[in-house]
Amino acid sequence: MADTSGAPVLEATGLRKEFGGLVAVDDVSFRLRPGRSLAIVGASGSGKTTIARMIVGLERPTSGSIAACGHDRSRPARSARDRRRRGREVQIVFQDPYTSLDPRQDAEAAIDEVLRLHHGWPAGRRRARTAELTGLVGLDARQSRAMPRSLSGGQRQRVAIARALAADPAVLILDESVAALDVSIQAQILNLLADIRDQTHLSYILISHDLAVVRQLTDHTLVLHRGTVVERGPTARVLDHPQHPCTQRLRASVPRPGWKPARRGPPDTGKDAGPR
Amino acid sequence: MSAVWVDREATRPRSKALTRLRATGPAGIASAVVIAVAMFVAVFGPLLAPYPPNLPNLSLAWAGPAGGHLLGYDFAGRDVLSRLLAGAPVTMLGPLAVVIVSVTAGTLLAVTTAWRRGASDAVISSGLDIVFAFPGILLAMLAAAVFGASLTAAAIALSIAYLPYVARVVRGAALRERSQPYIAALEVQGAPATSICLRHLVPNIAPLILAQATILFGYAMVDLAAISFLGLGVQPPAASWGGMIAENQDGIVQGYPLPALAAGVCIVTVVIAVNVLGERLFDQAQAAPR
Amino acid sequence: MSDSPLLEVAGLTVRLSVNGAKLAVLRDVSLTVRPGEAVGLVGESGSGKSMTARAIDRLLPDRAEVQGSIRFGGADVSGLAGADLRRYRSQVAMIFQDPRAHVNPVRRVGDFMTEVLRTNFGVPAAQARRRAVDMLAQVGIEDGARRLRQYPHQMSGGMLQRVMIAAALLTGPRLLLADEPTTALDVSTQAEVMAILASLRRGSGLAMLFITHDLELAAATCDRTAVMYAGQIVEIRASALLHGDPLHPYTAALAAARPDIAQTAHRLRAIPGRPLSAFEAPAGECAFAPRCAYVRDICRAAVPGLVQLGGGVSRCARAGELRGHLQAAPGG
Repeated sequence: MADTSGAPVLEATGLRKEFGGLVAVDDVSFRLRPGRSLAIVGASGSGKTTIARMIVGLERPTSGSIAACGHDRSRPARSARDRRRRGREVQIVFQDPYTSLDPRQDAEAAIDEVLRLHHGWPAGRRRARTAELTGLVGLDARQSRAMPRSLSGGQRQRVAIARALAADPAVLILDESVAALDVSIQAQILNLLADIRDQTHLSYILISHDLAVVRQLTDHTLVLHRGTVVERGPTARVLDHPQHPCTQRLRASVPRPGWKPARRGPPDTGKDAGPR
Repeated sequence: MSAVWVDREATRPRSKALTRLRATGPAGIASAVVIAVAMFVAVFGPLLAPYPPNLPNLSLAWAGPAGGHLLGYDFAGRDVLSRLLAGAPVTMLGPLAVVIVSVTAGTLLAVTTAWRRGASDAVISSGLDIVFAFPGILLAMLAAAVFGASLTAAAIALSIAYLPYVARVVRGAALRERSQPYIAALEVQGAPATSICLRHLVPNIAPLILAQATILFGYAMVDLAAISFLGLGVQPPAASWGGMIAENQDGIVQGYPLPALAAGVCIVTVVIAVNVLGERLFDQAQAAPR
Repeated sequence: MSDSPLLEVAGLTVRLSVNGAKLAVLRDVSLTVRPGEAVGLVGESGSGKSMTARAIDRLLPDRAEVQGSIRFGGADVSGLAGADLRRYRSQVAMIFQDPRAHVNPVRRVGDFMTEVLRTNFGVPAAQARRRAVDMLAQVGIEDGARRLRQYPHQMSGGMLQRVMIAAALLTGPRLLLADEPTTALDVSTQAEVMAILASLRRGSGLAMLFITHDLELAAATCDRTAVMYAGQIVEIRASALLHGDPLHPYTAALAAARPDIAQTAHRLRAIPGRPLSAFEAPAGECAFAPRCAYVRDICRAAVPGLVQLGGGVSRCARAGELRGHLQAAPGG
């Protein structure tokens, strides 16, 4: 349920994740207030996807804490009821539209399954809510009943968004959710996300390497480098007046007219600094 | 606001199974026909036998085809065709039972280890590796020694022997499927693991499992026939195709190859058909668009 | 830059057999690349940009039906075979979006890099390795000798892409076909790779056909940019003029649909519908007509031809009258 009381809807404190000897995330803290949107940006290997996975429980933090809607979720859920409750707090839309849907399930079935998981509603009410959700994401009747293989990337992402919204979460994590889409479709989905936010007061966490998308969708930005936060602040300020060299380098890497990419920066050690 | 799009599903196929079958090509279709005939015979065989399969008449031993006896008589003067038909159920239901048990148990184990990974995966995989070391026929001999020779003992022994094969293939596919984002999305929803495995993971690897099952059927048939040939499976005078090869093998050198050969050809035909169809289905499952 | 084109594609039309049907994927594609020039080829899904590159590099499936001509250095490319084809491929090098899909993971990088030199040019192994190490240094990989002994999985995506560029340039090609080489890389690595390409091209006068979905990237790094939609070229323009004075509504709409890094818009100007492939586009009319804000009857009368305008070309039936009105125009 979206909470408008002002208490943070998601709070991470001192998050740390180690994989064997490798530190992927080091001492990351942030707070997300209801209705606000936070971007987490950084190069590959900066730890941004690891943070997203820790928030939704797909990875377990080595240390530090995460709380959503006031409930701690730093340790794995103990009971099925806990798991379901966490599902109603934070949801996620993944990057690849071609693998984030069950190939044997159409949109209506996928949404219905989520509704049945979280609510004991009768079939009629579920159908009505399903129709609401597919309408909200702009899917017509044919698309709602089509198998994923007959849907385009953009349509599949709409289904993924509808499925995530079926849990009525307070926070939606968008893990590079528009990166794999054509430019013209990306614009449609970004508009859709803005519409949804206006209607539901959802809070977004956007993981992205595309700074223009970050500018369009978020009001606060965290810049990560090798697992640590090197800069944070309002998105407009971070992008217009970057303070940290890493942020400046990211900003300078965006193509624009008259762009002269220079060969600079630390030498590439040649191996990914860690999982994304 | 309707955009121009192409409905790739415009001609909705009447049956998914039939289209998949058609897509396996002429060899696949021919195999399916053979299997259908075999299944029919497996069910109705004994009813179709024109002559009593177990009634010996030594004066007719090795006699050639004559009148209604299309395949002649065996070493004991019994009608070969009738014995083939009578022996069909046991020869094919045995492997069917083996496949059902080993595939079910193997899939269960494989999906569990693929889902949990970590310690339980290591333990179960090691256990399966130990079972791997025993060839099916050896286990069947052990079972016969302990429980007495019978089809049931042989079938159970084979089911255990086949478990690791199924588990290995299914585990690979399950691991791949497990790491797909749509499974992660369901976990994030808070769906219980058993529900995700049964309703999403297994159905998506089902074509692969089915293909593996058909291939195993062929192996089981040959193994059970061999076990019966050795006298450790179906006991005479009950008819079974493997047993028929054993009891009629002397006829080959004596100049009466037909009884043994007929049984052998039946086994080989069904096994090849099942293998061909299984492989085609496997290829199809691997290449399916998502 | 001399005037006679290095690569000349004229009226290229390609049809592929899919499930028994012949589907058009490219329709009447014409473009030229002059020596030393960088031409960007921009499009969304189904535009045919990758297919064009494959056609140029003779990588189409055997059963493809090809009409039109591709000429390199004046000679027709379609008839080449055997040694001639190998020679052509050493003159026209190609790099791809996913380097890992194009290397053998069980062979060392050095083997892969020196293979063409050793087999096609008879260069002795030691000399080939030296040249490989030199080329790796040019793409910013210092300890080349060690890298040659490594396997692809020991390298990150960005490094492997640089290795692919080095490998492509070893044969001294005159044209580089780059099929979305930076799409899978993060933005900082992309900038590095573009910088490397720019300096290598300056040094050797290498021409480049740069395929991408990113209009800003093409416009910022290429001399001229061609825009494709539904298997056709819809605009070719000097990059510097592309944003300020586009000649086709699709180009303008594509640019307008992108979010602006310098400001937050209330809503983006999205183009309704979705990008089509050549075989999905309505027949006998402008492929973009169903989605275009400027559509008139003339657009539906026939497939528009290419018109020369202001130093570029456009496939808009209303190109002349729309000129100058497209820049600030909404996309939908």
